[in-house]
Amino acid sequence: MTYLGGELGQSMHGLINKAIEAFVIGTYGAESWALVAKGAELEDLHFESMLVYPKELTPKVIDCACSVLHADRADFLQNLGTYLVSQPHQQAVRRLLRFGGVDFVDFLYSLDDLNDRARLAVSDLRLPSLELREHTVNQFSLTVRSEMDGFGHVLVGLLTAMADDYGALVMLEYGGCQGDIETVAIALLETAFSEGNRFELGAMA
Amino acid sequence: MKLDRNLSTEPSPDWDALGDALDILCPMHLRLTETGHIIHAAPTLCKLRQETDLIGRRFLEVFQLDRPRSITTMSELMARARSKLHMGFRKSPKTSLKGVLVRLPKGQGALVNLSFGISVVEGVQDYGLTSADFAATDLAIEMLYLVEAKSAAMEASRLLNKRLQGAKLAAEEQAATDTLTGLHNRRAADRTLESRADEKCEFALMHLDLDFFKSVNDTKGHAAGDHVLQEVAKVMRAETRKGDMIARVGGDEFMILIENETSREVLSDIAARLIAGIERPIQFEGDVCNVSASIGIAFNREGDLLGPDDLVQNSDQALYASKAKGRACATFFDDLGVPNKET
Repeated sequence: MTYLGGELGQSMHGLINKAIEAFVIGTYGAESWALVAKGAELEDLHFESMLVYPKELTPKVIDCACSVLHADRADFLQNLGTYLVSQPHQQAVRRLLRFGGVDFVDFLYSLDDLNDRARLAVSDLRLPSLELREHTVNQFSLTVRSEMDGFGHVLVGLLTAMADDYGALVMLEYGGCQGDIETVAIALLETAFSEGNRFELGAMA
Repeated sequence: MKLDRNLSTEPSPDWDALGDALDILCPMHLRLTETGHIIHAAPTLCKLRQETDLIGRRFLEVFQLDRPRSITTMSELMARARSKLHMGFRKSPKTSLKGVLVRLPKGQGALVNLSFGISVVEGVQDYGLTSADFAATDLAIEMLYLVEAKSAAMEASRLLNKRLQGAKLAAEEQAATDTLTGLHNRRAADRTLESRADEKCEFALMHLDLDFFKSVNDTKGHAAGDHVLQEVAKVMRAETRKGDMIARVGGDEFMILIENETSREVLSDIAARLIAGIERPIQFEGDVCNVSASIGIAFNREGDLLGPDDLVQNSDQALYASKAKGRACATFFDDLGVPNKET
């Protein structure tokens, strides 16, 4: 099931699968994950972040999780996105995203480079390509080009949590999917709505 | 453009306007007088030291030059204008910085721009800096991002390696093969012996110990010893049947389980051929190694079925008897006159 140096485009990085696993274990418990792993016929109970897996495995795991946990797929993916940045004991994703911008708008623009930034750290990690469009000073839309169906929902959850982190008040809406392109509408209501979380550059180093 | 004109034509630039611009472009710069006294410190530097520790002090009183180390006076420092300087604060934390000094025209002193360089990771920790403390063009934030992202990726790889190492050890633990000779190992021998005894099969168990092997190892080295073990393994494979289990159960100790064979004649013959084969001189790197073998043989027979422990013990006693007889021979446990344990 695992193969090293898998052909690009045919494979999914273990980090993505591991994130799904962490979310299921953190939210629903280890026993639920064991059921998901069994249902998806995983060879090993746990994914390895630094290995590469066949591409088909990721949607299989997601579908299996939704059916085992009786969760709506969109809700499941959105909660996954929120989980990734809002876990107090798992700060890496939040912190790495915070490096992208000094405020929320700056951060939104940094999403254009998300894929490149991720590859600087893990050269074989392919994230969806994102493109931010500014319609007015506080109306944006994000186009998501992804092989992973429903990644837009993950982004809705992730951006909600990041807005909280920056202390910005936003409204996010999933704009649907056309082919492999999804859109997310972002309305920025207030940039300094709350204190947000402090971002110490040197906190983890 | 106005700033440029100021610099080139006015006798004294408008430092209020220029200073504000420089604070944004170079938030870690200092302005010095001709005598080397600090008269302005940019905002990020003011986070590193209290203003009173900077303004009015002499530059060389606040900083210790590391490279070039010979500089001790302001005029020496002015002479190194435009070249790279390495320095650290004299007071703790002695954060190391790099910088460059440029002289201002008409005796208006100098500007020194500073940067953390490679010490940026400690720098942001020691002084609790944020993105706003760096110039928008500064690569420090990207560098910090990379350090953090790479550390996280390295940590994940390190954990993976650790788990793989654990899995490798577990696999070795489970392995049934002796890696030197390719024969079965002790664990496999125990398993086979136990299952054959449980199934009440008839078989003979040969316990074989090399003679004079220790002296090969001691006088010709371990490489020679290893070669001898490999050659001996070849003899044992050649002199037994397919399906018989051959295992290396100790340094120079072997066990052979010969299936469906309880004839003393056949086994005496096999033992004789094994000893003869093992006694053939073994060539190793232009040298010759000579070893022999002592063998003990025990039976598991209809009407005399034993457990694996008793079988091993019987073959062991027979082997000991062969050693006592002067080595290079085989002995049957049956001939020792020791009654079998009741099972």
